[in-house]
Amino acid sequence: MSPETIARWQFGITTVYHYFFVPVTIALSLLVAVMQTMWYRSGDEKFLRLTKFYGKLFLINFAMGVVTGIVQEFQFGMNWSEYSRFVGDIFGAPLALEALLAFFLESTFLGLWIFGWDKLPKKLHLMTIWLAAIGTMLSAIFILAANSFMQNPVGAMYNPVTDRAEMTDFMALLTNPVFLATFPHTLAAAYMAAGGFILAIAVWHLARLNKANRTELEDTDVSAYRWAAKFSAWVLIVAGFGTILTGDFQGKIMYQVQPMKMAAAEALYETAGGNGEMAPFSLLTIGTLDGSRPVFELHVPGVLGLLAKGDPYAEIHGIRNLEEIYNERLANAEFNLPVDAAENSLQAAYADKLRTVGVTNFVPNIPVSYWTFRIMMTLGFIAMAVGAWTLWALRKDKLPKSGALLNLALLAVVLGPLFANSAGWIFTEMGRQPWIVAGVLPTASAVSPGVGAGTVFASMIGFTLLYGALAVVEVGLMVHYAKAGLPAEVPPVEIKGEDDVLSFAY
Amino acid sequence: MLPLATEPSTLQVVWYVLIAVLWIGYLVLEGFDYGVGMLIPFLGKTEKERRVIVNTVGPLWDGNEVWLLTAGGATFAAFPGWYATLFSGLYVPFFLILVGLIIRGVAFEYRAKHPDARWRNTFDWMAATGSFVVSLVFGVGFANFIIGMPVALAEGSQHLHVFTGGFWSLFSPFALLGGVVLVVLFLFHGANFLALKTKGVVHDRAEAFSGKVGLVAIVGGAIYLVWANLAYGWGIVGWLLTVLAAVGLIASWLAIRQGRDGWAFIATTVAILLVAVWIFGRMWPNLGFDNSAAAVPLDRVTAASTELTLTIMTGAAVVFVPIVLAYQAWSIWIFRKRISTKNIPDDVAVAA
Repeated sequence: MSPETIARWQFGITTVYHYFFVPVTIALSLLVAVMQTMWYRSGDEKFLRLTKFYGKLFLINFAMGVVTGIVQEFQFGMNWSEYSRFVGDIFGAPLALEALLAFFLESTFLGLWIFGWDKLPKKLHLMTIWLAAIGTMLSAIFILAANSFMQNPVGAMYNPVTDRAEMTDFMALLTNPVFLATFPHTLAAAYMAAGGFILAIAVWHLARLNKANRTELEDTDVSAYRWAAKFSAWVLIVAGFGTILTGDFQGKIMYQVQPMKMAAAEALYETAGGNGEMAPFSLLTIGTLDGSRPVFELHVPGVLGLLAKGDPYAEIHGIRNLEEIYNERLANAEFNLPVDAAENSLQAAYADKLRTVGVTNFVPNIPVSYWTFRIMMTLGFIAMAVGAWTLWALRKDKLPKSGALLNLALLAVVLGPLFANSAGWIFTEMGRQPWIVAGVLPTASAVSPGVGAGTVFASMIGFTLLYGALAVVEVGLMVHYAKAGLPAEVPPVEIKGEDDVLSFAY
Repeated sequence: MLPLATEPSTLQVVWYVLIAVLWIGYLVLEGFDYGVGMLIPFLGKTEKERRVIVNTVGPLWDGNEVWLLTAGGATFAAFPGWYATLFSGLYVPFFLILVGLIIRGVAFEYRAKHPDARWRNTFDWMAATGSFVVSLVFGVGFANFIIGMPVALAEGSQHLHVFTGGFWSLFSPFALLGGVVLVVLFLFHGANFLALKTKGVVHDRAEAFSGKVGLVAIVGGAIYLVWANLAYGWGIVGWLLTVLAAVGLIASWLAIRQGRDGWAFIATTVAILLVAVWIFGRMWPNLGFDNSAAAVPLDRVTAASTELTLTIMTGAAVVFVPIVLAYQAWSIWIFRKRISTKNIPDDVAVAA
């Protein structure tokens, strides 16, 4: 295998793993902050117990996100040094700002939150979790602005003297239409993940407590879990609709800036629609093993045109058609990835150089694009359905019943949004191939020239084994503490004397 | 081709200094939590003593580590050429650093999550090993920046430099000494921090250990810095910094022997700061690279971002660095109290 292939595998493995923890962290930090705020305002002990319970699970999850996050920042330089040099002038800025504005905020205030229960006044302590939650969101803003530049490189020009892309307009990075669509979509998807997480644990406990002759403590537990289950179900459903709306918005923008990605997502080989015809949406397309052409297709007419351009009769470019257009443009050194939208100035400026660099294949992996796109949507819909069912099952004073079907539903509502998040990212990143910066820098040109395949392979194996071991530990802890349930009582927090016992210690 | 500028702009100088400041902040702050991490299994005989040690850095280590992340991000943004060549050139060392950082971070967060002696013992050793590996590798790395890492243009590129030395060339006697000296310095710094933050038996042990390791740090540090000045020196200012750093180490050792923990910690802080200033002074203007075989030099001009990027970053730094410093200082202040085994609850508190 070439260093490029192995470096891509390493990036894929470390990123997908890291991103298991990120969406839950982003959304759960804020939802825990909401629970603590409810306690602060109402004084109801139930909310304090929920804060402690979900806060503990949040911290187990957060720790993993932190330790795997640093690999992300370093591997741009380690494995993709030409990429780092080529786009550092633009891409480096949001990364540095993420550390300065977001990571310091998260880590410092989370430390204060964890250890500060008996050291800070209630109100100040509540502020620390809110600031940590804001930090996680700022983090998402910067990293998505950076990624959106890779999807649609705005605000930059090519400088032939330094042979790299250089920033011309920082605000353009933050108003990149891809970023404006991706940020709310990613955020909404994160809330689905955290909503599903809270919901599954709460409903599992409700089913366990669904018995006659409950103790008094169990009765108060039921009341707390009921609140958590309903709250998270609403979060999940509202975030679900948000994900759909923002996803639709993002899809329409993608059809403009990366039509090939969307054609691959549809396995649309030939151009469809236009001239009074409707473009069909694929319910099921099975292609040949090499993904070069379809062998079986099942379609709904008109839907694709609606999704892509808001018009059932719109013309949607197919893979073959786009390939022709791109090959012709490359030959004439007038390369531009969009077909139906305004040209991208960096792509246009780099066209001459790109011809000498060379790109041979404009088509991403079609089965991966097609299936990740569908897995993402299907898992999202399933999670929303479980959310709606939860509200129905908890109506009046009812409680759910334990059973295999319930466990299956709860597993789906925990893992569904997580895997949907992964699938969405795999689709976004794999669908961008063969580009690392869409329409400008081919992925193959971006790898570190001084790093051998053996070195990358060894580190990939190293990370995979280490991450695998960490996954076992983390899942074990999560299951253990999720099952353990709400803390029986939360001792009152007071300012203490010198030798008094700390309310929290590792 | 247009001629490239050879004189650095003001903003390039500013960003070099800022990156140096971030590294110094990292070495000074996380230096003590690496030292504390390495000392967990050695200075903590009982479970409660170990927990005292872990809890001195518990609320702080993650924030300290962000200094490293910010230094990395700032290098990427302000000097992409430096970032690209450094991280790809030192691939294996950075891999080891990542593994070290991962296992020590997990160890701090997860050690208390399971009431089992073997579980906790495993994580204590992971924290110690991770802290040791990261300190050692950075020590070897910084020594190599002092020597100058040989680079040349990558094949077919006019702008991307690659490290031409190979992995084993990183382990010269000077570099190996650098690794050992950094480990010892951090042990000294960490023991002083521990003495400052604890009471009772852990405090006494930390003081006694600091008294011993302080001597090793003074002798080792002196040999290393004299060698550095003689072989790779940068003039009278370099010698002055060396003398001051030595004075700092000696002062710290004298202070800890008199039980003045606060002064001992301040003195190692100053000594580490001065050593770091020496190193970053030496790395100017070639950023720690040896350009003798490079057709185009890799330095603070060729590696730098555009003035626009540097301007935007400067604006952000001017506003946010003081804010970050303020709340980090506040956080250190909040957790200023000394702790002892009396403060540690009997059962492991896993609550958030």
